[in-house]
Amino acid sequence: MMDAAGGIPLEHVIWFAITLFLIGVVGILIRRNVIFILLSLELMMNAAAVVFIAAGAFHCQADGQVMFMFILALAAAEVAVALGLVVQLARRFKTLDIDAASEMTG
Amino acid sequence: MNLLWLIATFPLAGFLILCATEGKLPKVATACIGAGSVGLSAIVAAVVGWEFVTSDSTSYSQVLWTWMVVGDFNVSISLYLDYLALVMVGVITGVGFLIHLYATGYMWDEEGYSRFFAYMNLFVFAMLLLVLGDSLLLLFLGWEGVGLCSYLLIGFFHTDPANGYAARKAFVVTRVGDTALILGLFLLFREVGTLDIQQSLDGARSVWPDGSVMNTAIALLLLGGAIGKSAQVPLQTWLPDAMAGPTPVSALIHAATMVTAGVYLIARMQDLYLLSETATLCVAVVGLVTLFIASFTALVQSDIKRVLAFSTMSQIGYMFFALGVGAWSAAIFHLMTHAFFKALLFLASGSVILALHHEQDMHKMGGLWRKLPIPFWSMVIGSAALAALPFTSGFVSKDAILLTAAHSETLGMTFWSVAVAAAFMTSLYTMRMMYLTFFGETKMEPHDKSKANMWLPLLVLSVLSIGGGWLGFTVLQTLFGDKGVHFELHLKELVAIATMCVPLLGVLVGYILFATKVFDRRKISDSALGEAVGRFWFVGWGFDKVYDTLIVNPFRWLARVNKSDAVDYLFRFTTLVARIFHNLLTVSQNGRLRWYALTMFSGLLFVLIVVALI
Repeated sequence: MMDAAGGIPLEHVIWFAITLFLIGVVGILIRRNVIFILLSLELMMNAAAVVFIAAGAFHCQADGQVMFMFILALAAAEVAVALGLVVQLARRFKTLDIDAASEMTG
Repeated sequence: MNLLWLIATFPLAGFLILCATEGKLPKVATACIGAGSVGLSAIVAAVVGWEFVTSDSTSYSQVLWTWMVVGDFNVSISLYLDYLALVMVGVITGVGFLIHLYATGYMWDEEGYSRFFAYMNLFVFAMLLLVLGDSLLLLFLGWEGVGLCSYLLIGFFHTDPANGYAARKAFVVTRVGDTALILGLFLLFREVGTLDIQQSLDGARSVWPDGSVMNTAIALLLLGGAIGKSAQVPLQTWLPDAMAGPTPVSALIHAATMVTAGVYLIARMQDLYLLSETATLCVAVVGLVTLFIASFTALVQSDIKRVLAFSTMSQIGYMFFALGVGAWSAAIFHLMTHAFFKALLFLASGSVILALHHEQDMHKMGGLWRKLPIPFWSMVIGSAALAALPFTSGFVSKDAILLTAAHSETLGMTFWSVAVAAAFMTSLYTMRMMYLTFFGETKMEPHDKSKANMWLPLLVLSVLSIGGGWLGFTVLQTLFGDKGVHFELHLKELVAIATMCVPLLGVLVGYILFATKVFDRRKISDSALGEAVGRFWFVGWGFDKVYDTLIVNPFRWLARVNKSDAVDYLFRFTTLVARIFHNLLTVSQNGRLRWYALTMFSGLLFVLIVVALI
């Protein structure tokens, strides 16, 4: 059994990340409230970030942590944009239900 | 001679200016540009011609730029001037200018004045390219260019669908010949490896020193092209209908220049024909048949322009005949004199038609000779030249042809007698045309409004029609004589006298039949046989009917049956499949974000599973 940092086995970390990711996916698919969808997105991104950290620790390289910083920045930017969209959605449709914004039917 | 390129440039410039201004110029300016551009090129042509004649060289070529290079295939835009080209250039620019000048008056009251001159200038440019082109490809470019202009100008009065039909007919029928021509060019290129005219002739002489089947095939294919363009049997049916165009167009394109392009082509490719007796014989027979048929047809027409159209066909038949019996110089000479007197006849008839408010039926004319003196006397001179009465230009050139024919070794006298019979018919129908138009009782009152720009060309052309005969036949002959067969006047006296007298006899018979009451011509025309023959001749020996039955109507039937184009089903199937998938996929485009996310994830899952399995 190979270890990630702090004696936790790598495999556990990966299972944890997968679980986190799937929770995010399911969240996106079943929640209609756009705030919750954004939360689910954050979960998925953090799942990916956890894998990077674990892999960086496992290979004893700093790259994983660097990638984490990137993901953090990405998440912050995404939230900034997405919250703007949420505000617009709330103003136009008077609701946070994502299905209300389904007018662009290809 | 460095100015050679300018000859063709002026008409092109005129065309471009008239096109660019879209008819917004005042009419006077349009007339100046339209006729002036051709006039300028006539002056340059005269200068270049003089330099060329006084110099010792027999040919001059000027390379302008390279058109295309593909591997060994190299075509340059270059001009080639020799005596043959010089004669053609002289006719095109000289007679062309006179006709343009005439047209400035004739077309004055018509719609599309500027459009008319734009087309005419483009035509002159294309025709000059045709005769000056150094390579067969450039010649072909000009060849198609004049065809296009012919189409545009026949259909000039486009509001009448019949004119559009005539234009399409001319275009399609000549296309048949053009197809043969381009096949001939392909073959020639394959065998000789070049399309440069002089090189390919040299090549032909060295590849086939004694002639061969291939040589004959190429010569016949080129003849096919010439037949189409020059309205010879069996592709002659377009020319009478082409008279739907304005009269100056008929004079310039369908009498003086474009229809003689076929004669030019054969004369230019002379060596190819000298190598093949079969091809030469075919040229002679085609010409003979045409001149025979056309001269009979002209006798019974009632439209004055159609008479002239059939007479053009028969005169070009004479040229082909001359080429076929080896009278090369006589053919080109007849081309030149024919350009003079036929342009004159067309322009004079145009004046008559204009004075009678576009009436073309000769049976409604009559007694005009006092009222329209200038057209009348022009017509008299033109007719005398057409009928080859002594001391006119037509006499000199036609006699040269007939006497050479009589002296040719094979079939000489047979050829001669048919051609002389046609010459008799020529003077007969000319007499009939003159009588119906100018003599007898007056049926319509003419209103002659023509100014100097219309009678001056008539005057000049009249002088040329008489004096053109003395204008250096001997010169021409020495120029072509070195290559072609020598034309020598070892006359069999009887033949010579007969040749000279036959047109006079025709005039006499015509006079008795039409002008006096000695013999009632209605007895002939009203008898059952006479009526049947007359009708047969009137429709041009039924060629149109044959083509309609054999080609046009089956084609129309096919087009009607196959309206929805069977081949299209294949392509329609493709679009059908695309549309089905399109409809399927549009269902997925429902605008719901979560649905998109679901499809993304399931797609991802699918890819992962596939990867895992492999």
